[in-house]
Amino acid sequence: MAHFLQWFSILKTKAITRLAFLAAIVAWLVLIFSDVAILLSDINRLQPDIPKWLPRIMLDIYVVGLYYYYKFKIDRDETLNFTDLLWKVFASGLITTVFSLSIRFLMFLLGSTKLTSNVLFSDIVYQLNVALLINFLIATYTSWKRLIQYQKSKWLLRAWALFETILLFLLLYESFGGIFNSNVSVAAILAVGLLIVILSANMKWVAYLNFKQKLTSLLLLALTLFYLGYFFYTVSTQSELIGSRSFAFLNFGKFIFNWSLTGFVMVYSVFSFLVILFNLPTSSVFEQKLEEVVNFQRISQSTQTEQNEESVYKILLESSVNSVFADAAWLEIKDSKDNERIFTSRMTEEEAHDIRDHLTRNNIKGVLDQSPDKTKNLSKHLSTLKGARFHSLVSFPIVVKDQTIGMLALLKELPEGFNKEMTRIVSTFTNQAGISIENFRLMEEAFQHERYKEELKIAKKVQKSLLPEKLEKDADFDMVAFSQSADEVGGDYYDTIRINDHLVALIVADVSGKGTTAAFHMSQMKGIFHSLAQQNLDPKEFMIRANQALVFCLERGSFISATYFVLNTQTKTIRYARAGHCPVLYYHSNGNFSEYIKDKGTALGMVRGKEYCNFIESYELPYEHGDIMVLYTDGITEAKNNKGEEYGYERLQQTLDEVASKSPKEIQEHVIQQLYEYSGSDQINDDYTTMIVRFN
Amino acid sequence: MVRIKRIQEDKIDVIVINGEIDASSSIELDLTIAKSVGEGFKKILVDCTSLEYISSAGLGVFMSYIEEFKDSGIGMVLFGMKDKVENTFSILGLAELLHISIDKQEAKKLVDELSV
Repeated sequence: MAHFLQWFSILKTKAITRLAFLAAIVAWLVLIFSDVAILLSDINRLQPDIPKWLPRIMLDIYVVGLYYYYKFKIDRDETLNFTDLLWKVFASGLITTVFSLSIRFLMFLLGSTKLTSNVLFSDIVYQLNVALLINFLIATYTSWKRLIQYQKSKWLLRAWALFETILLFLLLYESFGGIFNSNVSVAAILAVGLLIVILSANMKWVAYLNFKQKLTSLLLLALTLFYLGYFFYTVSTQSELIGSRSFAFLNFGKFIFNWSLTGFVMVYSVFSFLVILFNLPTSSVFEQKLEEVVNFQRISQSTQTEQNEESVYKILLESSVNSVFADAAWLEIKDSKDNERIFTSRMTEEEAHDIRDHLTRNNIKGVLDQSPDKTKNLSKHLSTLKGARFHSLVSFPIVVKDQTIGMLALLKELPEGFNKEMTRIVSTFTNQAGISIENFRLMEEAFQHERYKEELKIAKKVQKSLLPEKLEKDADFDMVAFSQSADEVGGDYYDTIRINDHLVALIVADVSGKGTTAAFHMSQMKGIFHSLAQQNLDPKEFMIRANQALVFCLERGSFISATYFVLNTQTKTIRYARAGHCPVLYYHSNGNFSEYIKDKGTALGMVRGKEYCNFIESYELPYEHGDIMVLYTDGITEAKNNKGEEYGYERLQQTLDEVASKSPKEIQEHVIQQLYEYSGSDQINDDYTTMIVRFN
Repeated sequence: MVRIKRIQEDKIDVIVINGEIDASSSIELDLTIAKSVGEGFKKILVDCTSLEYISSAGLGVFMSYIEEFKDSGIGMVLFGMKDKVENTFSILGLAELLHISIDKQEAKKLVDELSV
C-alpha cells in the first residue's frame, strides 16, 4: 500500500510537472497569436477583435506554469547539490542563449529584407526572446531560492513568503491593467529592492564548497551573468525598436514585476560571485575544518564499524597527519597484550627509531615518557640530531583509563611548523582514540568474562556431580543431606560409603576459598575419601594419609577442614576424627540435651610434615536410639542477618532442640527455613551444607 | 573492609589489623607480612584487638607462614583476639600451630623467647 502511494505520488508529481509545462507552452502560443493580432489591428488602425488584456493574462499563465514546472523540477529534487544547481542554471542559460543567438544568426542570413524590418516579425522575435528570458529567469529564481533556503530560519521563510507574495501581486495587478502612480511604484520598487538585498545575504552554502567547487561556481556564475546581460541587451534594443513603431506593443520592460525578478536574479548572482571570490583564499581553512570533523567522526565510530584496535591506530595516524599537514608521523603504543608496537606514516621505522634513540640519549622526557600528561613540543631537541630532515616535532600521549599507553609524534620539515590550533585538534583526536581503544578493551574484557562464566557453569556441573545422589541406607539410622553453593562453584563436600555390612563411613568437608580451585580440591578430597575409606582405616589414620596426599596438591595458604566418621552398627558406636572442621552438634535423646563436641584436630594441609599425627586424634562415642548428629559447614554458623550478626552456634543448637523429635528430613527443612528467615533471604554469601543423621 | 597498619617498636614489627579479613582483604594481610619479613624483622606481633572477623582465606595466610618462620627463626605472635575470632582459630586447629597471647605484654615476652 505504502509502495503504491509512493508510486502514485511520483506519478502525480510527473503529471503536474508536465501539465505545468504544457500550460506554459499553450499560454505562450495564445499570447503570441493574440499579441500579433492586436499589433496587426493597431498598424492597420483597426479596432482589434481580441481584448487587449488577453496577451498579458497569457503571460501570467506562462509565468505561473513555468514557476510550478521548475518548482517540481528543481526545488523538490533532493539529489541536487550546490554545483548541480548552478549547472542547471548554466545549462538553461546556455540553451536559451544558443536559441536566441540562432535567431539572430537567421536574421543575419536573411539580411535587411522586408521581412526583418517588418514590425510583426520583430515582435515575434521579441516575444520569443522575452519568453526565453523569462524561462531562464524563473529557472534561476528557483535555484537561487533553494540556495537561499539552504539553512532555513523562521524569519527567512517569512521574508521569502513576503517576497513571493509581492511578486505575485505585482504580476497580477500589472497584467490587469493596473497602473501605479509614481509614488507607489517607487515604494514598491524600494520594498522589493530591500527584500532582495536581505534575502541575498543568505550565502551559507558557499562555506560548504571546496576549492574546486568554488572555482566551478565562479565560472558558472560569470556565464549566468553574461547570459543575463546578453538578454537584457537584446530585449531592450528590440523593445525600443518596436515601441517606436507601434503603441499597442506589449512592452515587458514597463512592468515592475519583470524588473523585480531580473533584479533579484542579478543581485543574487553578483552577491554569490563576490562572496565566493572573497572566500576563495580561506576556503582551504574551511575544507580543513570539515575534514577534521569527518576524521573525528571516523575515529569515534571506529568502535562500531572497525574490527580491531589496529584500525583505530591507523585512522588516528592518518587523520592527524592529514589534518595538520604533517610531513611524517609515528605512533607507538602498547597493545592490549602489552606488546610495544610502532606504526609510521610517510617515514620508515628506522627513522622513527633514530629520533627516539636520539631523544633518549639526550635524556629528553616526553617520548614514551611514563607520564606525559600533556602534549610536548620537542622541536628544539631535533636541531641537535645530525642529518635529520625534520625540524618540528610534537608528541601527544594516548591515555586509556588514566594510563598512558602510547604516544603519537608528528613531524614537519619546516621549523616551528605546528601552531596551537593544530596541537589542539590532534589532542582531541588522541583523546577520542583513547576512548575508542578503551571501548575495544572493555568489549574484549566483556567477551572474556562471558567465556569465564561459561567455564564456571561447566565447573558447577562437575562439582554438582561430585556430591552423591544417594546416601547409604541402614536400618540403624536415617540420613539426609543438603548443600547449596553461593558462587557458581562451591567448596563444600559430603559423602558416604559402606565399608562392610556393619561399617559405614561418612565425611563432611569444606575447602578453603571458593570458585574453580575449591571445586578441584573438592574432587581431590572425593578421590581420597573413596580410596582410603575402602581400606577400613581408623579415622586418625585416614586423616594422616589424607593430609599426606593433599600436601602435594594444595597450594600455599589452602587447606581443607573435614570430619570423618565411621558408624559401627554392631557396637553402636561412632568413631571419628575432626580435622579442623566445625564441631559436631550432637543431640542425646537420653537426657534430652544437645552439645557441640569439640575435640583436638587440625585442618588438612596446615601441617605439611610427618608431625601431623600429633595434631589429629580419633574419638569414639556410643549412640542410642533417638540420638541426632548434625554435621554442617561454617556457611551455616557464619550466615549473617541484615545487621551483620552471625547466625552462630547457639541458634543452631536451639533450632535443633525445637525439632529433635522429628525425622531428619523435617529437621533439615526446619534448620534451613530458620536460616533463611534469619538472613532474610535465600541468597547466603557462602556455601552451606548440612548432613543430619538420626539413629534408630 | 580492613585497615592494616604497621608500627615499629624497638626491633619488633607490630601489625595492627582493624576490621574484617575476607578472601579479598587477606591479600593485603599477606603482603603486609611479606613486607615485614622482607625488611628483615625477626619479631612480628599481630594486634588482633580490632579484628572482627577472619575467613578461611585469612587463616590460610597465617598458616602459610608457619613453616617459613620456623625455618628462619622468625617469631610471630598474635594477641588480643576476640573470643569469636579465637574460636575460628581453635576450631581449625590453628591455635596449636600459631602463637597466641592474651595481651601485648605477654606477646612481647613470647616473641623474645621465640626469635633466637
